[in-house]
Amino acid sequence: MNEFKEILRETEISANSTFDVSSIRNDFPILQTLVRGKPLIYLDNAATTQKPQAVIDKITDYYTSGNSNIHRGVHLLSQKATKEYEDSRKTIQQFIGAAHPEEIIFTRGTTESINLIASAWGRQNIGPGDEIIISHMEHHSNIVPWQMLCKEKGAGLRIIPINDDGELIYDEYLRLINEKTKLVSVVHVSNSLGTVNPVKDIIREAHKYNIPVIVDGAQSIQHLEVDVKDLDCDFFAFSGHKIYGPTGIGVLYGKKQFLEEMPPYQGGGDMIASVSFEDTTFNELPYKFEAGTPNIAGAIALAEAVKYLNNIGIARIAKYESGLLDYAIDAIGPVSGIRLIGTARNKSSTCSFVLDGVHPHDIGTMLDVDGIAVRTGHHCTEPVMKRYGVPATTRASIAFYNTKEEINVLVKSIEKVIKMFS
Amino acid sequence: MNELRELYQQVILDHNKNPRNFGVLSLPTLKAEGYNPLCGDHIEIGVDVEGGIIKDLKFNGAGCAISKASASIMTTLLIGKTVEEAKLLFDEFHGIVTADPESDADMMNLGKLAVFCGVREFPARVKCASLAWHTLMNALNELSEKVSTE
Repeated sequence: MNEFKEILRETEISANSTFDVSSIRNDFPILQTLVRGKPLIYLDNAATTQKPQAVIDKITDYYTSGNSNIHRGVHLLSQKATKEYEDSRKTIQQFIGAAHPEEIIFTRGTTESINLIASAWGRQNIGPGDEIIISHMEHHSNIVPWQMLCKEKGAGLRIIPINDDGELIYDEYLRLINEKTKLVSVVHVSNSLGTVNPVKDIIREAHKYNIPVIVDGAQSIQHLEVDVKDLDCDFFAFSGHKIYGPTGIGVLYGKKQFLEEMPPYQGGGDMIASVSFEDTTFNELPYKFEAGTPNIAGAIALAEAVKYLNNIGIARIAKYESGLLDYAIDAIGPVSGIRLIGTARNKSSTCSFVLDGVHPHDIGTMLDVDGIAVRTGHHCTEPVMKRYGVPATTRASIAFYNTKEEINVLVKSIEKVIKMFS
Repeated sequence: MNELRELYQQVILDHNKNPRNFGVLSLPTLKAEGYNPLCGDHIEIGVDVEGGIIKDLKFNGAGCAISKASASIMTTLLIGKTVEEAKLLFDEFHGIVTADPESDADMMNLGKLAVFCGVREFPARVKCASLAWHTLMNALNELSEKVSTE
């Protein structure tokens, strides 16, 4: 909560210059295209974001003139690729405020990052009778790895409940912590409700009892300023493709002392110091966790996406998006028959709703015909859907390249749906 | 807008609003449950079969307009038909919703099923339209475990 207010305050100071959304839109070639003959209105940003030209060019450049395998190569291209890959790690380190570059592990995405922790840290530290705390609003990728681990170890999963607005019931969290609690893993921003969770408070509370905390940052890293040192989280996971980078690349941040104590996640090349048939000495951080040839182009392009965002400024992005989200909520909320799902006081980027008598799939298809891309379904958060007694919702999720005009078209299109099904 | 009118024809909207044979049979000969994890559509189908003839057929559950209308129209088509005839109609239906939209398939003999031609333009919706049929086929094949369209 507090960190969000801080962001807003900082934003007011740094965001004096106007936010030129039309110039930003020109950086994204896909936004100039037609879908079903209509200008694309892309409101499915929580699923994946579009890529700026700089990121697309970076991938092309890398494969056109820089492609080579990294580490151990004596030839020039390999050295260049190695440098660019390692510089990308530093860019990410600075972006999230990590203390050391080796605390940044490149993975395939948030899902793999969480699975890495569950497999490497979890297997070593979770035992029979232990408890892991997650929340009711977790994405399946922050539920299932822990369920699998608990089943394997005879441990238990404890769930922080949510209220009708889609906010964590903080007192219940405090009540769940006990001497059996070994880990807390919570989502920073909910992908289906948009709720921004008070992760800093959650972490501070867990640390009183020396319980490590994982933050699933898949939906926060692209919308809010994240400083892992300030949050004091022990792990932070996010995906490249949700922050305007490519798919297949993601990040796991872990505090050095945790990563050093953890066994490797996968065995193979690059993660070893030396191998014989009798034994293997593992490589140092971060290579211990990066077995095999990594997604080199992906890491480099992700760093390019981060640089692109830094040029605009996350604080300015957060301010613009927050204004646009308020506009969307004010425009969609009052439409007759609409019920908003997720009405937390502190929200980011996502407007989920249901419409009386019309299934989200039918809404999604009708909007598609107007060139509007939204997501319909359970958004990989089935427990959230059950909590609200709905099988699915329609979710419009915004990015800083969306406009009020696009929201207006969305509302008109929703009104057409209502007319068709009335 | 034309593809939309084609997809959401009046017949489909009507069956969505007033589904026929919607409910539960008290003691069905066969039953099956179908689930589309993609969108959360869920359907239960009960069938009374006597001497190879479908005497009664009811469906229950929640889903989108396409899946509900498809289930409703299916029940109206199949009550009184033999199990063999139902299987042939399933093949026909499957052909309609999965045909290449560009092809000039002969739509003359499709009768009520022709309203589902519009689904071909929306590949993501084929599963919605087929859920009831797949579930029924499972019941008829005396499979009572859950079917999934995934």
